[in-house]
Amino acid sequence: MGRPTTSERPPVTPELAREHGLTAEEWERLCARLGRVPTYEELGVATVMWSEHCSYKSSRFHLRRLPTTGDRVVQGPGENAGAVSIGGGLAVVFKIESHNHPSYIEPYQGAATGVGGILRDIFTMGARPIASLNSLRFGDPSHPKTRGLVRGVVAGIGGYGNSIGVPTVGGEVYFDHGYDGNCLVNAFTLGVVEESRLMLAKASGVGNPVLLIGSRTGRDGIHGASLLASAEFDATSEEKRPTVQVGDPFTEKLLLEATLEIQAADLAVAVQDLGAAGLTSSSVEMASRGGLGIELDLDQVPLRETGMTAYEIMLSESQERMLVVCEPARVAEIQEVCRKWDLEAAVVGRLTDDGTYRVRHHGAEVIAVPVDLLADPPALERPVAEPADAEVASEVLPEPGDYDEVLRRLVASPNLCSRQWIWDQYDHFVGGGTLVHPGGDAAVVQVVGTDLKVAMTVDCNSRYCLLDPYVGASIAICEAARNLVASGAEPIGVSDCLNFGNPERPEIMWQFEQAVNGIRDACVAFRLPVVSGNVSFYNETEGRAIPPTPTIAMVGLVRAPQPLTSWFKSAGHEIWLLGSSREEIAGSEFAAIVHGRRDGAPPWVDFRAEQALHQVVLGAADRSLLASCHDVSEGGLAMAMVEACCSVPDGLSMQGARIRLAEGMRPDAWLFGESQGRMLVSVPRESSSALRDLAAGHGVPAMHLGEVGGSTLELDDLVSIPVADLAATWRGAFGRMVDAGART
Amino acid sequence: MKWGVVTFPGSNDDRDTAHVLRSVLGHETVALWHKSADLQGVDCVVLPGGFSYGDYLRCGAIARFSPIMGAVARHAAGGGLVLGICNGFQVLCEAGLLPGALVRNRDLRFVCRDVTLRVESISNPFTNLAFAGDVWRIPVKHGEGCYVADPATLDEMEREARILVRYCRPDGSRARDESADRSDYNPNGSARDVAGVMNAGRNVFGLMPHPEHAADPAILGAEGGRRRADGMRIFQSIAHWVDQRREQASAGSMR
Repeated sequence: MGRPTTSERPPVTPELAREHGLTAEEWERLCARLGRVPTYEELGVATVMWSEHCSYKSSRFHLRRLPTTGDRVVQGPGENAGAVSIGGGLAVVFKIESHNHPSYIEPYQGAATGVGGILRDIFTMGARPIASLNSLRFGDPSHPKTRGLVRGVVAGIGGYGNSIGVPTVGGEVYFDHGYDGNCLVNAFTLGVVEESRLMLAKASGVGNPVLLIGSRTGRDGIHGASLLASAEFDATSEEKRPTVQVGDPFTEKLLLEATLEIQAADLAVAVQDLGAAGLTSSSVEMASRGGLGIELDLDQVPLRETGMTAYEIMLSESQERMLVVCEPARVAEIQEVCRKWDLEAAVVGRLTDDGTYRVRHHGAEVIAVPVDLLADPPALERPVAEPADAEVASEVLPEPGDYDEVLRRLVASPNLCSRQWIWDQYDHFVGGGTLVHPGGDAAVVQVVGTDLKVAMTVDCNSRYCLLDPYVGASIAICEAARNLVASGAEPIGVSDCLNFGNPERPEIMWQFEQAVNGIRDACVAFRLPVVSGNVSFYNETEGRAIPPTPTIAMVGLVRAPQPLTSWFKSAGHEIWLLGSSREEIAGSEFAAIVHGRRDGAPPWVDFRAEQALHQVVLGAADRSLLASCHDVSEGGLAMAMVEACCSVPDGLSMQGARIRLAEGMRPDAWLFGESQGRMLVSVPRESSSALRDLAAGHGVPAMHLGEVGGSTLELDDLVSIPVADLAATWRGAFGRMVDAGART
Repeated sequence: MKWGVVTFPGSNDDRDTAHVLRSVLGHETVALWHKSADLQGVDCVVLPGGFSYGDYLRCGAIARFSPIMGAVARHAAGGGLVLGICNGFQVLCEAGLLPGALVRNRDLRFVCRDVTLRVESISNPFTNLAFAGDVWRIPVKHGEGCYVADPATLDEMEREARILVRYCRPDGSRARDESADRSDYNPNGSARDVAGVMNAGRNVFGLMPHPEHAADPAILGAEGGRRRADGMRIFQSIAHWVDQRREQASAGSMR
């Protein structure tokens, strides 16, 4: 890049602006509004503020369509995270965010600081984080980078989350060659706060001081947002490693406790964490939300190293820092709290009433720009073009001969095998509230000290999204909701993390537009607000984009006295399937693994049928009819049966099961098709007629498939395998895949 | 019975432990701050799990120098009870209040899962409400939990019944041979399957498993009654021992 990073202050030219990533129009707008050529520092802050990552310039036009309101919504999009009421005067604060590019370049630190960033977003609002999830996408397991990325990302997530004492209670991971050149790391955290004590990042009070607390500022992560997150990868991407930040979970733990103490004592007017684009974006956003100006004196910023320039201080992405606005009389008390936790707290500026963003360094003013110019770049309406339909071969796939063999292959396959290898490396106990641990349909955490049980899940099937982004994204909402319902929880709010390729390509923008429409329509149907989210574009390498991946994080509230769990409990219980099954094999894991086919149309989605199904399950849970409940998803009914038999926690005995298949459908579609809107439940015999009546009352098909019991899984006369064999294969496959060639 | 739970910077399970002692067990419980040397007259000090001072050098290596640890050492020297859980166990070993050391897990990975433990000895303040041979199910979660000590120290602890809990299979059995593959039940490669040890003075106990995460029936009741409140036996044993000593003392003074 030839970009100076030391004390040089090069002349600002259109050429330099272009190297920074500004377009010709953006350069002209900057000069026109200032009435002069910007200073070097002004160019730097404008570049990061107008980057895709910070400004959402390509996505804002579409995101407006998402529903964001509802009875429970306490805080919608626009703050550090969304907040939804859970009753008892409490709100859950949650958000999902991507850290894709850094994780691909430096998997451990990239993933670790992704966790650190999302945690800060939550406790910035005064909420104590009580649970984290993550959604990961990697390339094909045979790709040379994949295993190292998996090991590094999982270690990084664990290294940060375990150290700071927030349980990682669940998540999802998929492998697909479409991610060979770009892995995805989406991190979700949920916290709890008294509704009345929610802290916002809206600055107020002209003359109020601005404090910078936490870590000192160093030269790490400079231009992470603009160079790393807002551009595609190419052969030189490895050289961008210095733009990845380094995390320190210990300091973050101190910052967490200090921030919550500041909140508890009501010392702050506004709090904003420093994330992408560091001091620049945090101070601009705070001032912008309050409609105020701000002035910063960089000589007051505690620095990690000597000789840092104004440019470097403004753009550093050093982690574990927080900006706090308070009344002048509170400065000493805030500094006292920080001293208790061994943190620095320096007054670095104050709020002004002139709407100008001013920065001084070594006595000279280096930046004087209108706040709104930096904070509100125009939203772009980028061109959208539907790509030509792919050629779909219409031949009928042959039925497999040996169903035992097919099931054994599926159980050991990368996307269907147990993820225990991952969650064994995450502390999912700390906090003392985990009711349903990783491996269930959704994680369930009790808010300690109350009876409130919060369920949460992340979900997206990007193969469906690649085949049809509208249907795929709406299925992601349906399935996330179904995961919550299968845990006995009613969905109450959504956060989305939209991972796509280069938005400058019309076909990528078409995928994005379609996915947003799918999320919108499903959320409207379910009356679910999207209260927070994140967009990650430019997930592509040398012109090859990832499959569209609109990851959905959804939060629910358990209504019944205890959450539902997915495994079969006792011999003699009846097994029922709720919902309609169709002959849908296209887009399934079965089609990909057995036939090598990834084409066709994704499964049908029917919001009304889905809602009716939810009502049946929640109604049954209210009346304690169900012994187990499991969503039927990837791998179809056969995999749902395997999981219901094998996902028993240690210490409880595994059950076999036997089911019959109805006639009139191809057996492979029956067993492995991925028709949406289905639940596999088990009920004590005496409850089955009540369940059948409940389902009939909501118009939901209910079919008695068979019984729990024995030590084998028998699927009609097609499959008969001892469950102990299946469990050993299913649990061990991930470790065998990832550990092969370890320690290289 | 009065408990004190120490908070070092980086302690994570301090709140969870205090919650169990205060709200589930119903005992008076105070928070002890690492910068203070005042133990507030507690009967038992608990050093909780977490990553004290970040544990970047070596687990527990910095915490042993904190002001509170001087007070804890004096408390222990005077016969006061000390319980170290996970990071607390590491701190006690670093401080020389317990023998041996805890090093990186055998598989070099953090491990979080339920383990089964066999109660080896019950004539002590920490497991006196159990029966010898009881099998408990309690979670571990650590990256450096592999217990090591020289053979002479291990022999001595065995002779003096100071190894209170060992990792075992769900049926209570263990591999006969130390060199056998024990990865099915020993989560970290600890010597002789040691999960927790007591000092020679029989008043300081450290263990890697987290009893506070197997203690709250409201939490354990989910997942189909997956776990019993086995961890509670340790806290109850301590309380029972303190009560008994108090009764003996008052009976003695009346006589």
